[in-house]
Amino acid sequence: MSDLTALSNSYQNWYRFSRNPTAVIGLIIVVVSILAAILAPHITPYPDHAGAFVDFRNRHQPPSWDHWFGTDNVGRDILTRVIFGLRVSLLLAFVVLIIAVPFGTIMGLLAGYFGGWTEIVIMRLTDIALALPPLIMALAVAAVLEPSLMNAMLAIASLWWTWHTRLVYSMVRQIRALEYVEAAETLGASKFHILFREILPNCVSAIAVKTSLDAGFVILVGASLSFLGLGIQPPTPDLGTMVADGAQGLPDYWWESMLPGVSILFVALGFNLLGDGLRDLFDVEDVR
Amino acid sequence: MEFLAFLARRLAWSLLVLVGLSVVIFVIARVVPGDPARMALGPRASAEQVTELQEKLGLNLPLYQQYGLFIGGLARGELGQSLLTERSVNEDIRTTFPATLELVLTTVFIAFLFGVPLGVAAARWKDSWPDNLVRAFAIVAAVMPTFFIALLLQVLAGYVLQILPTTGRLPTGTDFEANITGLLIVDGLLKGQFNIVFEAMRHLLLPALALSLATMGQMARITRASMIDVSRQDYMEAARAFGVPDRIRLFKYQLRPAFVPPLTIMGLEFASLIGGAFVVELIFSWPGMAAYGIRAITQKDLNAIMGVVMVSGVFFVLVNLLIDVLVGLVDPRIRIRGRRA
Repeated sequence: MSDLTALSNSYQNWYRFSRNPTAVIGLIIVVVSILAAILAPHITPYPDHAGAFVDFRNRHQPPSWDHWFGTDNVGRDILTRVIFGLRVSLLLAFVVLIIAVPFGTIMGLLAGYFGGWTEIVIMRLTDIALALPPLIMALAVAAVLEPSLMNAMLAIASLWWTWHTRLVYSMVRQIRALEYVEAAETLGASKFHILFREILPNCVSAIAVKTSLDAGFVILVGASLSFLGLGIQPPTPDLGTMVADGAQGLPDYWWESMLPGVSILFVALGFNLLGDGLRDLFDVEDVR
Repeated sequence: MEFLAFLARRLAWSLLVLVGLSVVIFVIARVVPGDPARMALGPRASAEQVTELQEKLGLNLPLYQQYGLFIGGLARGELGQSLLTERSVNEDIRTTFPATLELVLTTVFIAFLFGVPLGVAAARWKDSWPDNLVRAFAIVAAVMPTFFIALLLQVLAGYVLQILPTTGRLPTGTDFEANITGLLIVDGLLKGQFNIVFEAMRHLLLPALALSLATMGQMARITRASMIDVSRQDYMEAARAFGVPDRIRLFKYQLRPAFVPPLTIMGLEFASLIGGAFVVELIFSWPGMAAYGIRAITQKDLNAIMGVVMVSGVFFVLVNLLIDVLVGLVDPRIRIRGRRA
């Protein structure tokens, strides 16, 4: 478990973080990916290839100086489409986590602090969610509604919050027995104050680690979803769809599926290394 | 007795989880889409046709009665008619589930077989090169998209080296009916047809390996952490002081209690394994339940979707109950105290 100083001494933290090479590599990958996604129209070599562009004379070109990642079956530059595809992946992770993390955290705080029926209801809900793989849930929702990115995000978020609930719940169970919480109670602090000002700050570092690791895994789920044809609709570039389409050309046109695949791996790896680095920094061993 | 009471309590919770699961599935399939009959028939069907199908499926009843019908059907083990194959969903799942089960069980076997020893090795040589190697492997395996591993293995082993088959469960045209358990390896052994067993294993190897890598890494990671945890216990120090040989300390005193966390995590991993099977089965043309589920989803076959999701959920809950028993067997302290340490 973390101590109170974990987040306060930022200079010292940064120094320790910067001495951990894999964590720094993770941070660089994450920052570069996010910047590349935001600046995609300005930094990609062929921005118009992100849409329904066709150039049959240049189809299936292997990686070269002009096309670092080669071209696809209608002659579009794959590097350009990978960078635009990052937007979809990162947006997915961002939206899922911006819903799931606060909601899951609050549920965990409530279940851990109040106990009784609150605890039973919330924790049984998380048990149910555990039995449903996010990918299958997203698939089922995509089937009954429209297969769209928004529905996929909502479906994934509707299960993902439970992981944060379980994490925060177990931490709150330990923290609420500590003397300083008891002291606050004795002084007559409100429940709201105790939950959000006394207990929550001690969970923040663990939540940060988990969120960073999660971002990578949400990206993977999203990529699987679009690989199965239920992600964002073409011609918007999407990494999972690119791998699926490119797989038709295996093994001759390997770059069309393998390089977008490696890109997904790369981004997910970045978030994972960053999360691992933060875990070492904050010393929260048991967060996965 | 404590342990039995613990198991009884877990069983009761599991039932509750299953009921909750059925509500979730019911809401997704019956409440969210608006009109399943219209959806199944498509926009060009006439109003009469829609009403007729609604009555046939009981969609004109109030929701709580519909849920009653749904749960009643589940209790009898009936999942309704598939709109697509026009057979009962039961029948479809009975024919496709064994293939998925065989794939997932082989995957778990491979993940344990390699994951646990890797974790033990990493803990034994902590902070030296075997440890770093295992940790790097665990991270990379965790972030490899399943479909990417599957494609990679298919290309490498299937096309480039051409040593392993890349599609299906058996060579096309093989005349063999797996009518005992549905698992080819088991049925092949029972019938004494060892060529079938051999072929089934060859076909299983690539898809199972693709599906297992992430879990294998996870197992290595958990085993390592848990081995290190146990090694810091006082009794390990005591055993060393008494001069208990290295090997006995490692395997008897350290590994056995350290084996509990990987077991429990494996139970939770089953959910993502079933999810991953959806992708792997598609790539390797594996005739399993996941492939059936994907087809049902793209064709909006609601009963089939509900059936597949429900069976996945039930499978997950049963596996986790089984793991609770196993954990009790491995660690007598849990058996006696009746709860997980």
